[in-house]
Amino acid sequence: MKLNSPLEAYKYLPGTNCGECGETTCMAFASHLIDRSYKLTDCKPMVKDNKYSKKFDVLKQLLAPEIHEVEIGVGERAVKIGGDDVLFRHKLTFFNKTALAYDVWDTMDEKDLVERIKKIDDFKKFYVGEFLTLDMIAVRSTSNDPEKFAATVKKVIDTTDMPMVLCSFNPAVLRAGLDEAADKKPLIYAANQDNWQEVAELVQEYDVAVTVFAPNDLDLLKSLAGTFSGMGIKDIVLDPGTFPTGKELKTTFNNFLKIRRAGINGDHDIAFPIMTVPMTAWMVYDDDVSASYWETVIASIFSVRYGDIMILHSIEPYALLPQLHIRDTIYTDPRTPVTVDPGVMEVGSPDANSPVIVTTNFALTYYTVESDLASSKVDCYILVVDTEGIGVEAAVAGGQLTAEKIKRDFEAAEFDLKTRTNYNTVILPGLAARLQGDVEDVLGANVLIGSADSGRLPGWLETNWPPTKK
Amino acid sequence: MTNKNIKLSEISDIFKKLDVEELEGVTIEGDIELDISGGGGLNPALAYALGHEAAQVSLHVANIARMLGYPVDQLFATSMGAVPAAETTRPNVLDELIPSKFEVSKVAEWNNSIEEVTLGATSADGGSRKNTITLGGENALPYHFDGEMPHRNYVTMDVFDMPIGMAKSVKENYEDVINDPADWAKKVVNDFNADMVTIHLISTDPLINDTPAREAAKVVEDVLQAVDVPIVIGGSGNPQKDPEVLEKAAEVAEGERVLLASASLNLDYERVAKAATDYGHAVLSWTQLEINAQKELNRKLMKQCGVPRDSIVMDPTTAALGYGLDYAYTNMERIRLAGLMGDDELTFPMSSGTTNAWGARESWMKESPMNEDSNWGPREYRGPIWEIITGLTLSLAGNDLFMMMHPTSVEVLKEITQTLFGSVETEPLDITNWIGTEV
Repeated sequence: MKLNSPLEAYKYLPGTNCGECGETTCMAFASHLIDRSYKLTDCKPMVKDNKYSKKFDVLKQLLAPEIHEVEIGVGERAVKIGGDDVLFRHKLTFFNKTALAYDVWDTMDEKDLVERIKKIDDFKKFYVGEFLTLDMIAVRSTSNDPEKFAATVKKVIDTTDMPMVLCSFNPAVLRAGLDEAADKKPLIYAANQDNWQEVAELVQEYDVAVTVFAPNDLDLLKSLAGTFSGMGIKDIVLDPGTFPTGKELKTTFNNFLKIRRAGINGDHDIAFPIMTVPMTAWMVYDDDVSASYWETVIASIFSVRYGDIMILHSIEPYALLPQLHIRDTIYTDPRTPVTVDPGVMEVGSPDANSPVIVTTNFALTYYTVESDLASSKVDCYILVVDTEGIGVEAAVAGGQLTAEKIKRDFEAAEFDLKTRTNYNTVILPGLAARLQGDVEDVLGANVLIGSADSGRLPGWLETNWPPTKK
Repeated sequence: MTNKNIKLSEISDIFKKLDVEELEGVTIEGDIELDISGGGGLNPALAYALGHEAAQVSLHVANIARMLGYPVDQLFATSMGAVPAAETTRPNVLDELIPSKFEVSKVAEWNNSIEEVTLGATSADGGSRKNTITLGGENALPYHFDGEMPHRNYVTMDVFDMPIGMAKSVKENYEDVINDPADWAKKVVNDFNADMVTIHLISTDPLINDTPAREAAKVVEDVLQAVDVPIVIGGSGNPQKDPEVLEKAAEVAEGERVLLASASLNLDYERVAKAATDYGHAVLSWTQLEINAQKELNRKLMKQCGVPRDSIVMDPTTAALGYGLDYAYTNMERIRLAGLMGDDELTFPMSSGTTNAWGARESWMKESPMNEDSNWGPREYRGPIWEIITGLTLSLAGNDLFMMMHPTSVEVLKEITQTLFGSVETEPLDITNWIGTEV
């Protein structure tokens, strides 16, 4: 965006402090526009009152992200890519996490195809209160036969509502796919030096987003993007080629850096989302494990550095789990707090016979422990100790989790073990075992050492709770 | 094939007496030139019918052309641009690409170099290492075209002075050496290609074995005898005991220029720093995910303890993938950017306890504890990649030295960091038609 401070946005706002947006002042609203936690359309007077329309248009332009945002697919599963304003996540945050597309191809037999789509569609991993899932299906034409491609695209549509990337360099094949899928707004892959005119025509005819592909040729890539823009096509994705190994991979890495830096610095012709194809690892490695590993390595590099959408092949859990987590790592908003409030939390409906479990106020630790216990329907209390947002192991090492601090936070929560529970017992995390003696002395309570990982706590409780001595 | 010239009026004449319906089934053969300018008196219904027939013919021919792969629609779009189809936007295709030149500038603000810290000493410098290892020296973010990276990333592999609990897939690599730190050190260097060895003196912890510092120092001597790579010496993490343990270890390692791990704000860092400076070692400055604490400790090590700038390596803390790596990554990236832009309290090479990745349940647990999760698959493949991705992510933030455990993780991390560094040669690969790849 072209604005650096709330004041610069404020001068375009009504300045009436009407409060309709939920903020008490227009200046407060302006600061939310700058940190992108509000949209301009959240200012109702600006939207409704014609006298603001000119200012609205100007401000909208000024607030537009440097990297164009592209939407693919329709409905709830539609994905947005691009839309970034910074090169480093701590400068603001990255928007629109990298879309992960997994491939199917048009020479698969129908049973395998459906099974694979379902695996991709169904994959989920619980994490901090929500499920991490995969985003898209990339349909590759390996047959180069329009009919086969169309049939495969149709099968994908019949099986899932995930958005699609339609992959072929043959315009006739792409057309056949679009005839089936145009109303699902797939992303077209790809226009290159040879087919760009035919593809440009398809893109306009069917009104879909398009990828331009120029392996390791940034002049050509920019020329293709500029030409497509010149024809009035707005939704463009850039693929500078993903070379999977050696010095070519180093060059690929630097191509990504260069494109994004130029885009953020204001080169409009190249300010589009970037596509990476870690799947090219499969062109080099023969065995599945090596290829899956290397593909995941490439996916991780470009999750960190500016890949906005990627096409992958392996659907082994050992590839999908790190891919999902590194993407989440990079796109988590660094402005959200690291900590939860200290105190005694209740899981389920605990009573005087329920266990009391100690953990830290590092948000991730707390949510993990809480969801592990809740998922197994354990009724218990959790003492959340203020460890300044540091996890158990590091807090024990760094002195943020001590017997005194556990006592302090029980007292602050006015939770008296002796009157509130029948066992006068606390359960320490396995990684805090060395605090056992201290905690016993300081609290005057029994201390049990739980599992090192809270995922094993429910099982541990089955054999260790209730404790034998009261 | 015949070629006739027919005037529109003639067609009109030909069909004049017929009902329009009877035109169905009429076929037009040969090249036909219609002279419309001759004009005059064509029955509108007849004109429509004729037009319909002609359009059907051209559509049929166009479909044949399309099946042959010819870009028919482009032809239609360019030649019949004035007749847009009702439900589509009017295609607008340029004849030629608009030429373009891509340009981007280097980052102007990266004016400062990261310190170079050399670990290990050869006989020329009074040590007994076969080689030294130099960390740091960057003047740009890693692998960036803005500047040459003078040294590659290095891996130091963990060795412990007593058997410890390990993930199954890690443990099976060390079962034969788990009771002998010297053999363990040999194994990681000879079999697993470790650049360095870290000997962790964890048995010194009063809550574990409370091994006396002097006894622990013997293990350091054994490891120095067993391998000729530079080493890192780690304590147990007990803040009361570590200064003493590291002092004794530093003493027996005099001349070898080891990295002492660690000085931190929650122990007597002065004693650790003094042990390093007295015996010519470097010191690891360890803080917990807090850039200002890192500045404070570095400042104290330099100003208060007199540690030379070429003898400080930072460990800003590594959290595992999925367990705070976002903080660890951004903390490191901010530290490195601040260093490059001139904050001389942060211009030091960095080290990562990448082994922490094995604390993530995804790396070692047999299956997900959450009933709602998809199957996690075999854990022997999950663990190493968890360590790889944790390390790789931090390498992109500027980390120089990796402390690691699993041989596969070490192999892959070295391969990818050296690829990005630019020292891995491979055959060129043609990816222009990757879509057709059979896998």
